[in-house]
Amino acid sequence: MQLKHPAVAGTLESSDVQVTIHPNNGMGLDIRIESIVKAQFGDAILETVREVLAAFGVTDASVQINDKGALDWVIRARMQAAICRGVERSFDWEGEGV
Amino acid sequence: MEQRVSLKRTSLYVSGSSPANIIEAVFYNQDCIVYDLEDSVPTSEKDAARLIVYNALRHQRPAEKYVIIRVNGIYSEFIDEDLEAAVRARPDALRIPKVESAKEVQSISAKMAAIERQAGIEVGSIELWCNIESYLGILNALEIATADSRVVALALGAEDYTASMKAQRTKKGLEMFYARNALLMACRAAGVDAIDMVFSDINDLEGLREDVALARNLGFDGKTAIHPRQIDIINSYFTPSKKEIDYALRVLAAVEEGKRLNKGAVALDGSMIDKPVELRALTTIAQARAAGIKIGGENHAG
Repeated sequence: MQLKHPAVAGTLESSDVQVTIHPNNGMGLDIRIESIVKAQFGDAILETVREVLAAFGVTDASVQINDKGALDWVIRARMQAAICRGVERSFDWEGEGV
Repeated sequence: MEQRVSLKRTSLYVSGSSPANIIEAVFYNQDCIVYDLEDSVPTSEKDAARLIVYNALRHQRPAEKYVIIRVNGIYSEFIDEDLEAAVRARPDALRIPKVESAKEVQSISAKMAAIERQAGIEVGSIELWCNIESYLGILNALEIATADSRVVALALGAEDYTASMKAQRTKKGLEMFYARNALLMACRAAGVDAIDMVFSDINDLEGLREDVALARNLGFDGKTAIHPRQIDIINSYFTPSKKEIDYALRVLAAVEEGKRLNKGAVALDGSMIDKPVELRALTTIAQARAAGIKIGGENHAG
């Protein structure tokens, strides 16, 4: 799936995460993580981000994660919202996750 | 569909826009959590709130809470996608704002059934709470309460109701007295729970006490809370009295005795005990246990 334009989802409040994604046509994935718990959970955050991108079939994107201690499901939800906004599509509820 | 016994003393609204509030909400003593997609979520964030609520429930559903999602209005542009997200999140119930007719309930129920079927969820298993918040809702409360087997509760909304009546909202709430009673009568006739309106001043705990005491005396089963600090006060007023507990125990004993003797129908004090009476008795016992009251013969606080 191709991102049409940059998109943002989430906030910088505690327990939330702000996801910013940009199209990165033909350049693959570039994921940057800033997190108050990066030392402990950086790898887990990266895995969730990659998983959601893969579920949507997004292969070219620059992703900036600004994490304020979000749980896994919050990261997942914010990633899904940012991608849906970036590709200008509603979430595919029938597929429940794609 | 078999009705379940579930406590509905307190329902706390949490915004679908706030992960922090959603995470915190699990730690309070409210019986029901209402994840809100409506008033607390700005229009530009409806899409994100649906995903937050859906993921919260799919990945970290609170145990031992009755889980409700309040969707946007029946005629709003958001309702269809809200239903997709909310049904697939598999809550105990959906809460529908500003219901005014049986037809509206049936149309929502049919849409829910289609999604349940598609998602492999038992059709009819997700219940409905109808928010009654206009004069038309009050006038049609009985047809709404009996519109569909999913409906298990009507909840009163005072702000929109008073606006629809051109009434002034006051703290004492005399302008709500008729609506409270009318809603209760419909609930009793339909055998569903009656949930009282919110008390808006979160800093006036004395006012809250008076308001809950009235609601409880009128006959309500629970009350909506808008702030965690209201929860314990509301719960305390919906703790059954010794007399109520004793009666509930006698009802349940009579039902047991009837089953033992293979009797189809049982009576207590000359009145038939039907299913709603039995359910009410079970609810009374559940409320007593939730308040830490020991029930006859138990040697532990429930």
